[in-house]
Amino acid sequence: MKGGIVRGLQSIGDGALKIVERIGAVVLFLGQILMHSGAILRRFPLVIREMYFAGVQSLIIILVSGLFVGMVLGLQGFETLQSYGSSESVGVLVALSLMRELGPVVSALLFASRAGSAMTAEIGLMKATEQLSAMEMMAVNPLARVVAPRFWAGVLSLPLLAALFGAMGIMGGFFVTVVMLGVDSGAFWSQMQAAVDFHHDVVNGMIKSLVFGVAVSAIATYEGYEAPPTAEGVSGATTRTVVSSSLAILALDLLLTAFMMKGWN
Amino acid sequence: MNDYVVIRDLNFGYSERPVLKGINLTVHKGGLVAIMGLSGCGKTTLLRLMGGQLQARHGSVCVAGQELNHMTESQLYALRRRVGMLFQFGALFTDLSVFDNVAFQMREHTDLSESMIRDLTLMKLNAVGLRGVQGLMPAELSGGMARRVALARATALDPDLILYDEPFTGLDPISLGVIGRLIRELNDALGATSVLVTHDVQESMKIVDYIYFVSDGVIVAQGTPDEIRASPLPFVHQFVWGEADGPLPFHYPGVALVEDFGLMVSS
Repeated sequence: MKGGIVRGLQSIGDGALKIVERIGAVVLFLGQILMHSGAILRRFPLVIREMYFAGVQSLIIILVSGLFVGMVLGLQGFETLQSYGSSESVGVLVALSLMRELGPVVSALLFASRAGSAMTAEIGLMKATEQLSAMEMMAVNPLARVVAPRFWAGVLSLPLLAALFGAMGIMGGFFVTVVMLGVDSGAFWSQMQAAVDFHHDVVNGMIKSLVFGVAVSAIATYEGYEAPPTAEGVSGATTRTVVSSSLAILALDLLLTAFMMKGWN
Repeated sequence: MNDYVVIRDLNFGYSERPVLKGINLTVHKGGLVAIMGLSGCGKTTLLRLMGGQLQARHGSVCVAGQELNHMTESQLYALRRRVGMLFQFGALFTDLSVFDNVAFQMREHTDLSESMIRDLTLMKLNAVGLRGVQGLMPAELSGGMARRVALARATALDPDLILYDEPFTGLDPISLGVIGRLIRELNDALGATSVLVTHDVQESMKIVDYIYFVSDGVIVAQGTPDEIRASPLPFVHQFVWGEADGPLPFHYPGVALVEDFGLMVSS
């Protein structure tokens, strides 16, 4: 009995240590990426190319998801606000939810699943097929040539995708509440304009997506770079990217929201 | 400096398992040397130590008069600009075309104009007979063609040292002969020094100047192809003539057969 409790505590401690070790390893890897990002301007065409793969090719899922999330928010908000006789404020609810929370968080979760996993798989396969070793033997550092462009592409793409997610969400909310449920169009837009603050809502939302972009891209490239060079290794790394990124996004969101709320008061 | 690669008392292992135990080896400038041995005997590890991808636990690896173990990353990268390596399955960059693969190092390490890079790349591809596939992607090439493109890429900057990791694996007899001939011709034309890790005894004996045999982490035999053919050593004889019986056991060491199958021996 006593031995079982000790073993249980040991495994909890071991698990916690592994998580801390992994976070430390990702942070060190992020430091290495930044150290090898000096020539990123020279390699900017590569960043653009990766932005196409990570960002442009994620557009469909981001836009469609944004539209549906906005529609659902409009429907839910309308029903709740109607009972208080303030259904005209539904635009405010939709916009603030999307700008502050749902836009950055949901787009980051989608980005991690769509682009982050692809980044991990690509880098992991390059490692498994010795392409990274070949690059090293050609005196080209894979961190500078392969990892850094993908990392910066992710960092730059996510805020843009989050902005588009928010814009599509507002369009979805507008369609459901104004076009379908008959909320006054002028009230929808004017209340939204009055309530949404550029700095507190839009800029803070952008800061969140930027931080999520750094976290997701660092985790995705780290997992790919450190993946065991086997089929199982790459598949495991891809799974870890999605799970770790999702948890990191939610934890960072709580942290950032707490800081931002404190700033608002 | 006549000795281009000098390895002295080299020891290396993965975790607790020793792979190389006291290797001494010299490759003269302009020479084409083969390192042979069974799978898992440490040949590729030895090649990676020469390329600075692994670090020796003990002993020294000198390439072009420079000790690799004491180099900084930037010094190692500077040396690697003078080294070309052909990987076992080519390791071509799958997101780049054949042309861009061969032009990769020129774009990364030189300030040559794009028209000059184009001419040089086509010359390299022409040397391996594949100028016609410059627009294809690596996935569209056969194994032999991919190996030849990788050879063109490995020699893109006219290296002083070329390392070949199992260049003959999985090739048909025609591709095998072509790759073998190219390795010899490129070595002589570039005035380079080459080290070849291979199992293919007959093909490599046709092209190399000197052979080292590695077994169980140590060099067990060495000599010119003629000396190797005439060697009385049972290990060399078994390896060169591909005999099943000899000093090299067919079975990997393990527990006794009776014990593994749970058989009882009646007294």
